[in-house]
Amino acid sequence: MRDFADLFVSLDTTTSTNTKVAALRRYLEKADAADAAWAIYIASGRRAKRLAGRPLLKAALRRVTQYPEWMIDDAYATVGDFAETASLLMAEFRQPGGSLQHSLSHWMESEILPLADLDDEARIRRITDWWRSLPQLHCFLVTKLITGGLRVGVSQTLVARAVAEHADLPRDVITHRMMGAWQPSPAWYESLLDPDISADLSARPYPFYLASPLEQDVEELGAVDDWLVEWKWDGIRAQLVKRKGEIALWSRGEELITQRFPEITAAAAQLEDCVLDGEILAWKDRVLPFSELQKRIGRKTVGKKLLADVPTRFLAYDCLERDGEDCRQAPLSRRRQMLEALLAAADTAELGASPTLDARDWDSLAEQRSESRTRGVEGLMLKRRDGAYLTGRKRGAWWKWKVDPLSIDAVMIYARAGSGRRATLFTDYTFAVWDERDGEQVLVPVAKAYSGLTDREINALNKWIRANTLERFGPVRSVAAEQVFELAFEGINESSRHKSGIALRFPRIARWREDIGPDDADTLAQVKRLLTLYAQD
Amino acid sequence: MAIIELTPQGLYCPAGDFHIDPWRPVPRAVITHGHADHARPGNGLYFAEASGAPILRHRLGADIQLQPLAYGESLSLGRARISLHPAGHILGSAQVRVEVDGEVWVATGDFKRDSDPTCTAFEPVACDTLITEATFALPIYRWPSMDSVAADIFHWWQHNAAQGRASVLFCYALGKAQRVLAALRAHTDQRVLLHGAVVPLTEIYRDAGIAMLPTLPALDFEGDRKGKQRYAGELVIAPPGANGTAWMKRFGDCGTGFCSGWMLLRGNHRRRGYDRGFVMSDHADWPSLLSTIEECGATRVLATHGRSDTLVRYLRERGQSAAELQTEFDDAGIDDASDREATG
Repeated sequence: MRDFADLFVSLDTTTSTNTKVAALRRYLEKADAADAAWAIYIASGRRAKRLAGRPLLKAALRRVTQYPEWMIDDAYATVGDFAETASLLMAEFRQPGGSLQHSLSHWMESEILPLADLDDEARIRRITDWWRSLPQLHCFLVTKLITGGLRVGVSQTLVARAVAEHADLPRDVITHRMMGAWQPSPAWYESLLDPDISADLSARPYPFYLASPLEQDVEELGAVDDWLVEWKWDGIRAQLVKRKGEIALWSRGEELITQRFPEITAAAAQLEDCVLDGEILAWKDRVLPFSELQKRIGRKTVGKKLLADVPTRFLAYDCLERDGEDCRQAPLSRRRQMLEALLAAADTAELGASPTLDARDWDSLAEQRSESRTRGVEGLMLKRRDGAYLTGRKRGAWWKWKVDPLSIDAVMIYARAGSGRRATLFTDYTFAVWDERDGEQVLVPVAKAYSGLTDREINALNKWIRANTLERFGPVRSVAAEQVFELAFEGINESSRHKSGIALRFPRIARWREDIGPDDADTLAQVKRLLTLYAQD
Repeated sequence: MAIIELTPQGLYCPAGDFHIDPWRPVPRAVITHGHADHARPGNGLYFAEASGAPILRHRLGADIQLQPLAYGESLSLGRARISLHPAGHILGSAQVRVEVDGEVWVATGDFKRDSDPTCTAFEPVACDTLITEATFALPIYRWPSMDSVAADIFHWWQHNAAQGRASVLFCYALGKAQRVLAALRAHTDQRVLLHGAVVPLTEIYRDAGIAMLPTLPALDFEGDRKGKQRYAGELVIAPPGANGTAWMKRFGDCGTGFCSGWMLLRGNHRRRGYDRGFVMSDHADWPSLLSTIEECGATRVLATHGRSDTLVRYLRERGQSAAELQTEFDDAGIDDASDREATG
C-alpha cells in the first residue's frame, strides 16, 4: 500500500499528463496482479461500495477527538472533503510510528471491504483504530477508500494510456477491456493484458464517439451532401449490444442499464447479433421531455404504472458491429445501410432508426434547425458520410449544431462553497426572479448554476460575496440582492416540486450583467411566458 | 472602560489617543508590522519596532515621520504606557502592550510561534485582555516543522534540477521569501534567483544581518545555456501575483510551488494549479493560538481576522470570556493572495 500512496502523491503533485502516465507505469511495473487490478479500478474512478457514510465517520471522529459537532462541521466545510478533514483533525490523537504494512489488495479485500459485515459499533472501532495508527496521508487514503471513491486527478483515458504503454497493446483495446462492469482480481488484470486481442468476447460496449460543438460557420464544412444530418435528441446515449443472443444495454457512463428499459431489451430479441449506438427516449407518439425520461433513470426495476406512463424507445443512429464483426472502420454511409437493414428485419416499434434530414443546402438545414424546440430536440447532428466511428471526442467527423439556448436575467441570492478542490471558493449560486406575492415584489429562486464564469470572474465574485454576506448557514451564504446574471438553459418545464412552479434544464451562467441592476432582472411572469412558447409537454 | 476600542479608523486607545494599524489616516499610528493591510500610508506619526523601520520606509516613503522603538522599550502617550514585544511574524513584527491605570491589554498583531531565523521569536506578554489574530483558528491547522518543509522544498528543487527544469517557488514577497532563503541554508549554499518584487525587501533583511542564501535578480541572470534551457536547475522565488503572467514564460517547462499555510488543504494547491504546495505559515496555528491565550493569562480574549468566530465560540464553550472584533484586516482568503503580498 505504500507504493500506492507514493503513486497517489505523484499523481496529486503534478499537472502534467506525461508525468502522470509515467507514474502509473512505474506503479504497474512494480505491482503484482492483484494490486495492479485494484489500482486501475481506483485510479479510473470506479467506486467500491460505500462502507461507511458520513454520519458514521462523524460519530467516529467525535468519539476520538471530543471536538463539538459544530466544530467538526466547520472544519469539514472548510476542507471540503471528509476523509481529509478526519486525517487533519486526528493529528493530535495519532500514535507515532504507524504505516501501511499490507498491500493494496490486502487492504481492500481483507480490511476495508469486510467492514460491510460489521455492525456500526464494530465499524467505528475498526476505523478509529486505523485512524489512530496511520500517518496523515495513509489515514486520508484509507478513509477515502472506505467512503467509496478516491479521485486521483486522472481520467479513465489516461489510465488506459498508461496500461496500454505498459502492456504494449493498442490503446483502444485496453479502453474497450476496461469498459463495463468488472471486479478487480488478478485474473481480470491478466485478461486486461492478454496479448491475444482477437479474443475479446464479452458483452462490453465500444468506446463511444462523442460529437464536438460546431463553433465555426456551418458553410465551412463544405458540401452539404458530404454530411448525414439527424436531429440531436435529448435522451440517454446508449449502446445496445447483442452477441450470441445475449443482450446488454450500456449507458455512456458505462453503466449497465439492461434491466431499466425492459421494453427495449425485449424488442432487441428480434435483432440479429449486432452493436447499435443510439439514444433512449421517452416516447408517446412523439418524444417526451427529458424530465419525463428522468422518472425512469435511477430506477433499477420499473413498475407497470411507470412503464405505461413513460414508455421508452431506442432510436439507433449507428451500427458498430454486425454478426460478430467490428464495422467501425467502414464509412458511415455503409454503416447506416447496415443499421437500416437490421432494424427493418427486426421490425419493432421500440427500436427505430433516428430519421435523417434532407437538405438542398445549408440554408434549408438552418431553417429546419429552427424548428428544433417545437420538435423537442436540441438541434442538429452533422456526421461525415465517409467517416469511420472514432473513439472519444475527436473533432471533425461528428458535429452537434445546437439551437441557441434560452436565457433570462436573474439575481444572485445565495452562494455556496464548492466541494473538494473548490471548498474555499463560492462556486455554486442560486438565482431568483421577481414575483408579486401579497402585493409585494419578492425574489423567487428559479435556478442553481455553478458554471460559466471565468476564474477571474469567480475570484472577483468571491470577494464581493465575502463583503456582501447577509447570513451564513454552514457553507451557504445569503448575499445582498445586487448582482444580475444572464442564465442560459436548454429547456423549461412546469414543476410542482419548485416554489417558482418552473424547472429550467441545464441552467448555466452566460454572462455577468454588471451593466444592469437587480430591478432590471426578469419577472416570474416573463419567465413563464417562455413556458408557453417552448415547453415540451 | 475599554483600553482599546474599535473605531471607523481602526483599533483606538482613547487614553493615549493613538491607533494600532489604522486603515484610514490618523495623527498617531502604532504599526505592528510592514504588511500592506497593517501599515498604510497617510498617517501623521508612526511608531514601529526599530528593525521593521526600514521596511516601513521602503513601503510608505522615506519621508514618513517615524519614531522607532526597541522591543521592550516603553513610552508614555497620554495616560497610556505602551511597549512593543516580539511577535515572530516577520522582521520587526511586534505585539503592542498598552497599560492604563494598572490594567494591561495586548494586541498581538499577526504572530506565530514556529521557528523563524529571520525574526525575533514570539514572547508571551502577561495581560488582562488579549486581542489576538485568528487567521487559522480551526483544529485542522497544525504546521509541520519549518525544517521538514525546508527539506521538502530543497528535494523538490533538486528533483526538478535532475530533470533539467527550473523550480519557481511562489512566496509572499515580504517575510515568507526571506524565511525560505534562510531556512534553505541548512541544505545548500547555492545561489537563488529573485523576481524583482522580492529583491528590495531581501536587501533590507540582508542589511539587518539576516543570514540567507546568496541571491541574484532573475533579470540579471545570464546563464550558460540558451533559450528555455537557460534556467534549468535554478530555484526562482517570486510573489504569487507573478503566476500566470508573461514573466513566467522565460522558464519554459518548470515546476511550480506555493509556500503558504493555505497549502495545508489539498484542494487549495490543486485548484490553483501549482504542482506542489509547501505548508509554511507566518501565522499561529490552532495549538499555538490556544497555548498563547493560556500563557498570557488573559481573562478576556478579543479575536480578529479569519476564523475569529470559531475561536470565540470554542473559548466561550470552555468558559472563557471572548468576543469578536470586526477589523478590516484582510480576511486572508487564499483567493486574494495573488493581489497582495500580506499574510498566509
